[in-house]
Amino acid sequence: MTLAIFIGLFALVSGLGFVASRWRRPDTMAHLDEWGLGGRNFGTWISWFLIGGDLYTAYTFVAVPALVFGAGAMGFFAVPYTVVVYPLVFLVLIRLWSVSREHGYVTPADFVRGRFGSPGLALAVAVTGIVATMPYIALQLVGIEAVLKSMGITGHWPIIVAFGILAAYTYQSGLRAPALIAFVKDILIYVVILVAVIYIPSQLGGWGSIFDAADAKFAKSPNPNDGILLNASNQLQYVTLAFGSALALFLYPHSVTGVLAARDRNVIKRNMSALPAYSLLLGLIALLGYMAIAADVGPVGKDSNTIVPQLFDKMFPDWFTGVAFAAIGIGALVPAAIMSIAAANLFTRNIYKEYLNRAATPAQEASVSKVTSLVVKVGAVLCILLLEPQFSIDLQLIGGVIILQTLPAVGLGLFTRWFHRAGLIAGWAAGLAAGLWMLYQIPGANGRLHFGGSAFPLSQLGLDTKVTIYAGLLAVTVNLLVAAIATLLLRGRVPDGADATEPAHYEEAAATVSAGRASR
Amino acid sequence: MPEPHSTEEPGTPGRSPGIRSQWGWLLAVPVIIPLLTFLYNGDGPRLLGFPRFYWLQLAFIAIGVTTTTIVYRRGRA
Repeated sequence: MTLAIFIGLFALVSGLGFVASRWRRPDTMAHLDEWGLGGRNFGTWISWFLIGGDLYTAYTFVAVPALVFGAGAMGFFAVPYTVVVYPLVFLVLIRLWSVSREHGYVTPADFVRGRFGSPGLALAVAVTGIVATMPYIALQLVGIEAVLKSMGITGHWPIIVAFGILAAYTYQSGLRAPALIAFVKDILIYVVILVAVIYIPSQLGGWGSIFDAADAKFAKSPNPNDGILLNASNQLQYVTLAFGSALALFLYPHSVTGVLAARDRNVIKRNMSALPAYSLLLGLIALLGYMAIAADVGPVGKDSNTIVPQLFDKMFPDWFTGVAFAAIGIGALVPAAIMSIAAANLFTRNIYKEYLNRAATPAQEASVSKVTSLVVKVGAVLCILLLEPQFSIDLQLIGGVIILQTLPAVGLGLFTRWFHRAGLIAGWAAGLAAGLWMLYQIPGANGRLHFGGSAFPLSQLGLDTKVTIYAGLLAVTVNLLVAAIATLLLRGRVPDGADATEPAHYEEAAATVSAGRASR
Repeated sequence: MPEPHSTEEPGTPGRSPGIRSQWGWLLAVPVIIPLLTFLYNGDGPRLLGFPRFYWLQLAFIAIGVTTTTIVYRRGRA
């Protein structure tokens, strides 16, 4: 029963994915604005579903409650993180939307190239984006696998089939496919979570006893850093992780893709008020971890990501478990599609067109991007088949830290042209080195010596304290310092690039689309 | 696909950029408040069984919605 409903809903959205190419049909699909950005014409509702479906991934749905299950309050960082992110997007990405509309930019690296007149810096931003996105796609597979494991299905063939279908309809329909599927995904998720947070606590004696059960569990554990509240040494980690993750989120290429597909600035602004509905959802999802403790549910084997599927399996009737599992499984498809499109656009615009075929026509760009999206998905499947899942999780952790290193060029570049292009490259390199070094130094659970998490102990820097801090935020501080010092040293001595943008371009409300397209 | 509000906002000419940017500072509130752990890192008072740590941080979502809505409405351009 569970499996039949799961497969039925999966088949439904696969059909939608193929039909999507005819939805809001363009004159031609052979243009990156159409295939890769859905025509740059999505209104408020579509953008809400698309961006929501994009940012809140299947991995979020299984990993955040798993973290809350294992560590308690620390896992709740996802809530302040998503509160902080929308005002930041409001301030930052809206400027990127305007300047991209004016100049026909498709990727954040396109903007960097125009702003700083530096193909090299754009290449650094593009490669960083692709490298950070790949393991993120692989993690969506981890999300599907967690559900499959709970249904007792082992082996890799279901994943390969699912991703094969996903690759086929993304190839055909581009960004329209995830936009259409996002409606189904988000409605399923909302229904499942609302039912879960009303029904499950009623079965477990109310919210008070759920929190008390969690408190009792953590009181018994030997780990000093778990508990339903934070302690003196992990508060800084909590807030820096929330803030750093918020900064990283809008630098990820797939977030930019979702935002650039909006029709006008007001669509984005309205969404910054409406998207926090998902934050509330995420907060409630996080608490599923405590419900699992109170319901005495354990993971399948040692895979803590199976906590939520196991909880659903225990608490819900069979048919509703099928709906819930489908919600998570479909939840993996939307972000995976958008991420692969974003990575493909980066390759096409900032590597293929820049270095391989400068005279590429829009039709050639679109077809290169379509093929690249297939390659990216094959890569993600290979990650899962050939590597331990833990390795993908490590890579995603690293991905968050390295995507942050594009903050000075992309994020600050939207506000100031003060930095020298070579200074930004130096800062990027220094930030990457510092970030990787710190992650390497962090020991983890189960006797791991390296890449055990993102909480960097300040004692490693010779400070006499137990306080930890998010490695990414420290790394981007190094990045900014180096970029600033290098800028001061290089100014006037080494020629800087030209700026193709003007201050007014960042404020354009709904610029003349066709004029913008022609200008690159 | 129904598209609500699709006919509105022709722009509000005559409003100076200065007013817009002043309202923009309001967005600092939902960025800073969720980072002040001393506000919410405690168990009591509980609300519907939720310790303060949880209900107060969920309430911050409302602060975020309120401020982005105000800035959007005041700074419409």
